[in-house]
Amino acid sequence: MAEYRHSVSLEQDKCKGCTTCLKHCPTEAIRIRNGHAVINSEICIDCGECIRVCPHKAKKAIFDKLEEIAPRYKWRIALPPPSLYGQFENLDDVDYVLQGLLDCGFDEVFEVARAAEVVSEYTRRYMHKKDVPRPVISSACPTIVRLIRLRFPYLCDNVMPMLPPVEVASQMAKAEALKKHPELREDEICTVFISPCPAKASYVKNGISKNRSSIDYVVSMSEMYFKLIGAMKAIEAPKVASASGMIGISWASSGGEASALFNDRYLAADGIDNAIKVLDEIETGNFPYLEFVELNACPGGCVGGAATVENPYIAKVRLQSLRRYLPISLNRLEKSEEPDDYVPENMLFGSPITYAPAMRLNANRGIAMQMMSDIEKIYELLPEIDCGSCGAPTCRAFAEDVVKGECKVEECVVYMRERMREFWAKREEGQP
Amino acid sequence: MDEALKFHFVIDGDNFTSAGEASVEVKKKLRQLGFPPDVIRRVSIAMYEGEINMVIHARGGVADVLVYPDRIVIILEDHGPGIEDIDLAMQEGYSTAPDSVRALGFGAGMGLPNMKRYTEEMHIESTLGVGTTITMVVNVQ
Repeated sequence: MAEYRHSVSLEQDKCKGCTTCLKHCPTEAIRIRNGHAVINSEICIDCGECIRVCPHKAKKAIFDKLEEIAPRYKWRIALPPPSLYGQFENLDDVDYVLQGLLDCGFDEVFEVARAAEVVSEYTRRYMHKKDVPRPVISSACPTIVRLIRLRFPYLCDNVMPMLPPVEVASQMAKAEALKKHPELREDEICTVFISPCPAKASYVKNGISKNRSSIDYVVSMSEMYFKLIGAMKAIEAPKVASASGMIGISWASSGGEASALFNDRYLAADGIDNAIKVLDEIETGNFPYLEFVELNACPGGCVGGAATVENPYIAKVRLQSLRRYLPISLNRLEKSEEPDDYVPENMLFGSPITYAPAMRLNANRGIAMQMMSDIEKIYELLPEIDCGSCGAPTCRAFAEDVVKGECKVEECVVYMRERMREFWAKREEGQP
Repeated sequence: MDEALKFHFVIDGDNFTSAGEASVEVKKKLRQLGFPPDVIRRVSIAMYEGEINMVIHARGGVADVLVYPDRIVIILEDHGPGIEDIDLAMQEGYSTAPDSVRALGFGAGMGLPNMKRYTEEMHIESTLGVGTTITMVVNVQ
């Protein structure tokens, strides 16, 4: 398997080696080594928790810069997601954001919310399929998809193989641009996604299952926000009009995608720890009547992404008022003769996602069992206080690291203090 | 490694909200040991149902999981009221769960049948007023 390319990096000078990110990483992918945080890329899921919690701002998401867009692209299309609309105070019309993007130098704007409405419609069709395992799990959040691949082998087949809205938006935008501007060549058009999170940047680098992404650049929402604020102030009357409805805008926060299915047997959860708990329960078969599951790694949904500016709950309130007088949906499929569960190939990713057993101790089960037996023995020597001083998030993770040969048990300060105490006690008794 | 890996869990009967936690623990360990997804799922479901039963009916108990390369043995032991009629208890839909837990969606009478369905072997030993011990085996193909 080709190596997974991440979008979270560390500025080593700023990292003090504190244990904050260590403690918050949901997959225990971080260790402090030589005074700095190190991320195990095999099990990092790009959730961005470490970026959010780092008190020293040492964790950064890796995005493209607007200035890096190659000059060969004559037609630059911005792909703003609905979460972007929730970032601005006193915004009463999405058109200002779209015009602002054009004024920042884009040639065209294509709203991801439009594609989201198309995805919603196809998802409703997908839900008509009788032969797919229930509950159907949304594939829109790339962190959740990766989490399932790494930790929930049995649920891989439940993940809906639907391309995420941002991918569909990029494809639709490019097709539309070629049609409108026959003078352009395909390789002269690029799409630039304004992302609320590092996970979507990773999605673009890695694709999903065997599909490559058609998105060319991913820029940070917070960076774009500051450019937009200036541009939007100068707008007198926007010349472009938003073409997304209530459903599209609602995708920005948790529950939006699921509620668009018009089927109340759904579950929507947000925040990575909640998502993990829900997946654990589903894997145990606890929700027999559930039809659809929408999980967002970030608190509140995409509005809570690590690259957003505004508090997610405030952004959500703003979106509620922005969408209030919008039609339910502005992007509907033409009536067709196809059966009611038909979803075209180009909306789906080729093959289902597969289990990546990155959590296992060793590919050989005998060796893995021996290792676990050793881990239990080491664990018994440890204080179970999970202080993090050794550089591992928990005593158990430390025991695993010791058995894997990454560190020595003497690096546990509590264990060492006990040994010292014994040593001095013996000396006082006059033993050598 | 020939001898089994042993894991011991105390199932807290006073805390309904913690029911199911041992099952999640076992799942994590089996994942680390590289067992196939199907085996992990069957063990975690059987274990989960057993755990819930112990909390609902017996104010908790203890669970021991023995992991061998070719099979996983789950032993659940409680000191609850015991099962009066095991054949009846094994019937789908039969339940003696109180209304308070039914309100939470439990007590559908599927616990024991599911434990049997997801394991290769299941043995129940129960004495009224003394307690119940259930032994289950999941084979690894």
